[in-house]
Amino acid sequence: MDLTLSSSELAFRDELRAWLVANHPGPVPGDDYGFEWRRDWQRKLHEGGWAGVWWPTEYGGRGASLIEQAIFSEEITRQRLPSPVNVLGIMLAGPTLMVHGTDEQKTRLLEPILSADEIWCQGFSEPDAGSDFANVQTRAEKVDGGWSITGQKVWTSIAHESKWCMLVARTDPDAPKHKGLTYFVLDMHVDGVEVRPLRQMTGQAEFNEIFFQNAFVPDDMVLGDINGGWGVAMTTLMNERSGLAFGMQVAMRQNLDELVEQVRDRGLIDDPYLLDRIGGLYARTEVLRLTGYRGLSKQQHTGVPGPEGSLPKWMSAETNQAISELAADVLGADALLQDSAWAYRVQRSRGNSIEGGTTEILKNIIAERVLGLPRMKAGAAT
Amino acid sequence: MNFDLDDDQREIKNTARDLLAQRSRFEQVRHAAEGGGYDDSLWQELVALGWTGIGIDEDHGGVGFGVIEVALLAEELGYAVTPSRFLANAMAGLVLSNAGSEEQKRRWLPGIASGEAPGTIAYARDGVAELVPDAEGAAVIVLVESDRATVVEAGDATIETVETIDPTRTYARVTSNGGETLDGLLEAGLDRAEVVLSAELTGIAQRALELTVAYVKERKQFGQPVAVFQAVSHGCAEMFLETESARSATYGAATAADSDPENLPFAASIAKATAAEAALRVTRKAIQLHGGIGFTWEADVHWLFKRAHLDASQLGRAHEHRVRIARLAAGLGKPLEALS
Repeated sequence: MDLTLSSSELAFRDELRAWLVANHPGPVPGDDYGFEWRRDWQRKLHEGGWAGVWWPTEYGGRGASLIEQAIFSEEITRQRLPSPVNVLGIMLAGPTLMVHGTDEQKTRLLEPILSADEIWCQGFSEPDAGSDFANVQTRAEKVDGGWSITGQKVWTSIAHESKWCMLVARTDPDAPKHKGLTYFVLDMHVDGVEVRPLRQMTGQAEFNEIFFQNAFVPDDMVLGDINGGWGVAMTTLMNERSGLAFGMQVAMRQNLDELVEQVRDRGLIDDPYLLDRIGGLYARTEVLRLTGYRGLSKQQHTGVPGPEGSLPKWMSAETNQAISELAADVLGADALLQDSAWAYRVQRSRGNSIEGGTTEILKNIIAERVLGLPRMKAGAAT
Repeated sequence: MNFDLDDDQREIKNTARDLLAQRSRFEQVRHAAEGGGYDDSLWQELVALGWTGIGIDEDHGGVGFGVIEVALLAEELGYAVTPSRFLANAMAGLVLSNAGSEEQKRRWLPGIASGEAPGTIAYARDGVAELVPDAEGAAVIVLVESDRATVVEAGDATIETVETIDPTRTYARVTSNGGETLDGLLEAGLDRAEVVLSAELTGIAQRALELTVAYVKERKQFGQPVAVFQAVSHGCAEMFLETESARSATYGAATAADSDPENLPFAASIAKATAAEAALRVTRKAIQLHGGIGFTWEADVHWLFKRAHLDASQLGRAHEHRVRIARLAAGLGKPLEALS
């Protein structure tokens, strides 16, 4: 057991740090989403060879180890810089294409992901297919040369900026739920696609709804087999929860440091009750970091993210929420006035335990797949 | 970076698990707790395996392994709730190794390493320490008061055995009538002891989790195992989160002790605060999820709950460690005083 960085990991970190200092794009624009600013930032990362640290070198990536990927997320957050804007393309679509895509699809689609020329969004969730994702109702009907898509998707980040959508739709309504789904790569600019912003409780519109009315996908943009979409989607989802905790954990530590300074400014730094609560949150943040690294060590041997990967996601959501709640309790107006940094975190963090798998679903995964507990039969509740 | 146990470490852990599965079964724990006392032959076996000297350097009669190896043994002894003076002796050894002068180390460490003159350690107030583990039969006792520690030989202390809620281990009230000061690196020693204590707490949580998972799969109500109810299965998932948190914090602090000592004060307090809270929450939940049977003397979960409480009371309570964590993070001085 050795938690120090190896010489190659240290070299990776130092090279990245030096590059980030030399190429720092300045503060992130605050008011709007700053999409074009973020696109430029990814282009710069790409020129430096950093946009695809996750990707194998044969696809234009850096071929970094899992530990190095975690270092990348930590360092970029430490510099208070955002991750690449095409994060869904890089983290989800790219790895899914590498496993299930044809050579033509890989050649056509992968490069523009890293260069940020083509942004991706994820069309999985629907109003009646959230935690019960297999219940997808959006239909795909066979037409000449391709498929016609009709239905609705929801919680789709950056859909309005996207060129491509990872779309799961039902191709066989008579098959059992999991077996009638197909995975499509849909061009967001074709006729019959309407994107409506979805205003969330923060007041911002980070997500969208997408409505499809006979939107066309050509045959060569089916990913994997017809009615084989469930397995392809699992590849996407397995990549969703890995890696992200490392940036979160650094940001949470920064937020705690900020809170300590504000507590000090108010002359409350010797209050043992406050110190108890603050110390507990530093502990939880550090435990999250350590648990994340334990998971990566294990994954380096097994090759795939295990169900234990649900743990950091669950821990980071609860800890991030608890930090914001403590700030609101201690700082009052300074955390509750709408233009304060804390006000955004107080509101935004409520989404952490819902997005990317609710905490309830994560508990089910741990109970069933880690602890081996039996699951209740559907409809058996008394 | 690699968070996995290496081959030697895995071997140590597996050997301990296998041995204690034979020699520290629940009926043996129960026998000790109901008046039978410790199993001397088990102690001799641990000595023969080199466990008592595992964390003490070779110059002073030990084996010279790191804190992580001591912690792995403590984790397994916690898992088995073994009635044994291993933990108190190991903690005293780590504190003396760091805080003792060369002369003091030469005098006491060989007896701790060989198990012939075992030690223990506790926090004291005005010269009196409550709930000192395994003071009875100890040859040497370290008492920590504020940021200062003294070491007394058993003959220079008044040792009154007390009955606690944890009958799997003996405890005493110790009043010092003398002793000499330890002038070395006290914080370094105490933090290593906290890591080993955290490891025992982690083992306790792990055992309570496993007992509960097995029970809720077996126990049927409404015609099905109670594990199918999410009020039960989510409780088990929460126990898993707590147990893994304790293990992450403990292993993280053990590696800090062995290879990143600058970060040890922060890491050790995180380990103790996290493992103590985890063991308490998990053992409480274990009793709850066992239902009526969990509240009986016949069930075994209560040994774990009781041991967790006594361990949590040693070397600074969770609240005190959380305050120390915050003070360290905020760059405030005198962090050790937060613990006394």
